[in-house]
Amino acid sequence: MATSYSKVGEMTTNDGVPLKVSLQRSQRKLKIWAFLLVAPLLLFIIVSFIIPVVNMSLRGVENPQVHTIMPNVTKALARWEGVDLPDEATYAALVLDLQEGRKNKNIGKVASRLNYERSGMRRVISGSARKAVKLTEGPYKKQMIKIDKSWGDVAVWSLIKRESGQFTFSYLISAVDYRTNDQGNIEAKPENKQIYKALFGRTLIMSFTITAICILLAYPIAYLLATLPLAKSNLLMILVLLPFWTSLLVRTTTWIVLLQTQGVLNDVLVWMNIIDEAGRLQMIFNKTGTIVAMTHILLPFMILPLYSVMKTIPPTYMRAALSLGANPVVAFVRVYIPMTVSGIGAGSLLVFILSIGYYITPALVGGQSGLLISNMIAYHMQNSLNWGLAGALGFILLVIVMVFYSIFNKVIGIDKMKMG
Amino acid sequence: MKKLLKLSIIATAIAAVSLGSIAQAEETFTVVSWGGAYTKSQQRAYSEPYTAKTGTKFLHEDKSGTALAGIRSQVEANNVTWDLVDILEGDAMIACDEGLVEEINYDEILAAAPDGTPASADFLGGLNGCFIPQIYYATLFAFNDEMFPGEKPSTIADVFDLEKFPGKRALEKIPAGNLEWALMAWGVAPDKVYDLLDTEEGIALAFKKLDTIKDSVIWWEAGAQPPQLLSDKEVSIASGYNGRFFGAQVNEKQPFTIIWDGQVAEIDGWVVPKGKLTDEMKAYIKFATDTQRLADQSKYISYGPARKSSAAFVDKHADTGIDMKPHMPTSPANFTNPIIKNAEWWANNKDDMSERFNAWLSK
Amino acid sequence: MAIPTYAGKLERSWYYSYRVICALIFLFLIGPILIIIPLSFNVQPYFTFTPEMLSLDPAGYSLRWYEEFFASEEWMRSIKNSFFVAICSTIIATSLGTLAALGLSRPEMPYRALLMSILISPMIVPLIISAAGMFFFYSSINLAGTFLGLILAHTALGIPFVVITVTATLSGFDYSLTRAAAALGANPRTVFFKIMLPLVTPGVISGALFAFITSFDEVVVAIFVAGPEQRTIPLQMWGGIREQISPTILAVATLLVIISIMLLTFLELIRRRSERQRGLAPG
Repeated sequence: MATSYSKVGEMTTNDGVPLKVSLQRSQRKLKIWAFLLVAPLLLFIIVSFIIPVVNMSLRGVENPQVHTIMPNVTKALARWEGVDLPDEATYAALVLDLQEGRKNKNIGKVASRLNYERSGMRRVISGSARKAVKLTEGPYKKQMIKIDKSWGDVAVWSLIKRESGQFTFSYLISAVDYRTNDQGNIEAKPENKQIYKALFGRTLIMSFTITAICILLAYPIAYLLATLPLAKSNLLMILVLLPFWTSLLVRTTTWIVLLQTQGVLNDVLVWMNIIDEAGRLQMIFNKTGTIVAMTHILLPFMILPLYSVMKTIPPTYMRAALSLGANPVVAFVRVYIPMTVSGIGAGSLLVFILSIGYYITPALVGGQSGLLISNMIAYHMQNSLNWGLAGALGFILLVIVMVFYSIFNKVIGIDKMKMG
Repeated sequence: MKKLLKLSIIATAIAAVSLGSIAQAEETFTVVSWGGAYTKSQQRAYSEPYTAKTGTKFLHEDKSGTALAGIRSQVEANNVTWDLVDILEGDAMIACDEGLVEEINYDEILAAAPDGTPASADFLGGLNGCFIPQIYYATLFAFNDEMFPGEKPSTIADVFDLEKFPGKRALEKIPAGNLEWALMAWGVAPDKVYDLLDTEEGIALAFKKLDTIKDSVIWWEAGAQPPQLLSDKEVSIASGYNGRFFGAQVNEKQPFTIIWDGQVAEIDGWVVPKGKLTDEMKAYIKFATDTQRLADQSKYISYGPARKSSAAFVDKHADTGIDMKPHMPTSPANFTNPIIKNAEWWANNKDDMSERFNAWLSK
Repeated sequence: MAIPTYAGKLERSWYYSYRVICALIFLFLIGPILIIIPLSFNVQPYFTFTPEMLSLDPAGYSLRWYEEFFASEEWMRSIKNSFFVAICSTIIATSLGTLAALGLSRPEMPYRALLMSILISPMIVPLIISAAGMFFFYSSINLAGTFLGLILAHTALGIPFVVITVTATLSGFDYSLTRAAAALGANPRTVFFKIMLPLVTPGVISGALFAFITSFDEVVVAIFVAGPEQRTIPLQMWGGIREQISPTILAVATLLVIISIMLLTFLELIRRRSERQRGLAPG
């Protein structure tokens, strides 16, 4: 009842605790409560998503094969200088590891690993392992070189030493079109093996192009939707939302049907005598196909944020500018467009981030020239089985996306994003 | 709130019901293969008769295109879900070396020929320790007759001759096959191809030839695409598997002609992923690879059985009654100028060649 | 923006050409989706309009591709799988996501921006990286090729949408309402069910719809994580399109368009209702 004063001017609650402390306490309690609400989801995302993605990126530097399957060679090579051929003890270790690896049936993993770095290493390792089983006594150096002359090549030993660590940079180096040469120096790959830098470049350029086209197409539409009466704009909005809600595969299929050489659009052009039967246009399975289909798929992501910004701009601003005698074009460019910059920014970054990582559409309509970096990652995952390289490429892509995402977050703020 | 609750109860109920109907009780083999007509021929020749005989069910998955990736990840994770995998000889060698698949004691597991010849002496090749050969197939060129009213292409050199035989080409998006053909188009004899490819000049030469047609090539990735591209007239000449072209010829009456010159002959077969060589699996393999069964597959698709003793049992096409012998890639009339694919060379050089090939494609 | 009566000739022509430009862009958006619908009734296995179809001859149309679809055991199985996986992942994503959004939108929430970024990350990380990562990780814990694995993966992908939509609904929420209720003697449970929930319900439902369509439409992760028994509709389509587009695919596509129209209508109804409730829209 009676409010007590412990010190003059300081308020306390009934039980004598200073009000400030009590408030802090309840504030902390609320904080904990809020965090507890988020905790289950946070845990779920970390386990089901963050760990897998980190794990994938780590594959780009992990290098367990030589290290674990050839432990004796790894140890013996640690003190090797790399100038002349290794000593007899190292060859003895090699024979031991090959025999052991052959017995455990895992020497092929070393063979696959080293073959990525140097063509023919699969034959050297697997073939030698098959024959090394028969060796019973030394000296081994001569016998091994007789089994495969590669064992008399210092470059082969340097390669094994280089890749005997638990971690390697060779995938990351390879992912930017460099390699380590026989002398151990890092150099650019020969021209006829360079691919990833150009592919990253193409991915960025095509994403920019798609973003730019999306801005051009979305702006008039968003403006129309924002300025029409609500009943009409709601109706037209459906035309934007329907593609947004339609399956990605359906939309990609439909572009194949429309654009292929024997497709609807070519048929129409032939029928209208614009082109002849032999002059049918190649509009798909190339860059054009990827750009057209991806623009179609990503356009709603540009229209929606633009629309939500434009809707907040009172029409009186433009009217004021006009009534003050501004030329309509000037008024639009100097008054209206600056007010929509935040919408353009939000839409652009969203479209850009999404298109950098696109996989399905380029794979189906991109042919050869329309492929993006994601397709190369999928190729290394499924076809070449070079998972380390896939991890390295994925890591670089992830870093690029994160950079753009943090810009997005700084400039617009992820919590400002609205859907549908 | 009540509505939301009701909605989620209904949803859970639907989910539970569909889960119930999805769950299975019977013993099932998951068999991985190439899909389309090929899987169908295996179903009709092997698995359907076996189901009729024993009741064992089969689940077919079309993932042979990425078979090695699948086996590797499943074995590494100790979670093997595939029971039997259709795979090429070269990939089988890699899988065997990496210890991902079971070793096969051929004479114990495979049935002997009717005359008593042990299996190891009856198969035509490819017995590398883990691999169970089934068929000889060919990757080769075929063209759409309607695209060439006059003179028809008949050699590999013709395929690379865009002036004499205009139109687009469809090639598989891998280096294997294409490099060999490019050298043949220069006039290199099939048996010298791999010696030449071992040299830097040989590889450069091959890419130089491919450069001449690069702008006219549509690259395919799935075996069903080449016949489709030919029948749509998107291309005039396509590389593809001989069985697929045959299927389009007989089943869809497509006007295709096969160019047997320079066919790349290769063995395809099965491997058993680690831990899956159970007694039931052994029984199925013995059944499916005996002389009669291997010959039976050729009733449905024009691939040659991988056993010598099966040749005599190659019969008529099951649906159309066409005599299958002249359509086998191994029949003497077709086997005049083949490239025998060097699986070991490709196992060693695939990484390097693919890197160059992809770089070349992206230029 | 009706054209003013005093507009000059130049303005008039600009006004009409602007309308034409907009119409063309709308055509670009919606045309491709509509064009496959008639094509899916083509009696011929072609993907273009035959003369019979153009002359509206009934003989040019047929339901054969739909019959093929409904007769196919594989397609029917994939429908079942798709609904099962999508419904399960929607339920998990919606319940966890709503809970988290309630926490995130409290004014006293610490590290909000960081947490938001983590929870949104499945939407930002390129799908191929998520898919590859899940493939490795789920394989190592024996979840690859199982329904549970696919459901967890799809749940993760659907969560950002739930979090975003529900926090957006709560962003305008006046917390003095809950304090007022508490001051008037309502216990926290009553406050939650009587005050918070009715307000967030529209956001929750639209978030759930997003989560549903995300899973229902997802193919990249499914390629890597699903086994033969978990084949979904998009997976089945992906295989079909890569090899050869059979007209059956167009029939499936048409059905999927119809499903999205239904979802869209549902969403629109909810939006209107909530706007009426908040007194934002007239009527």
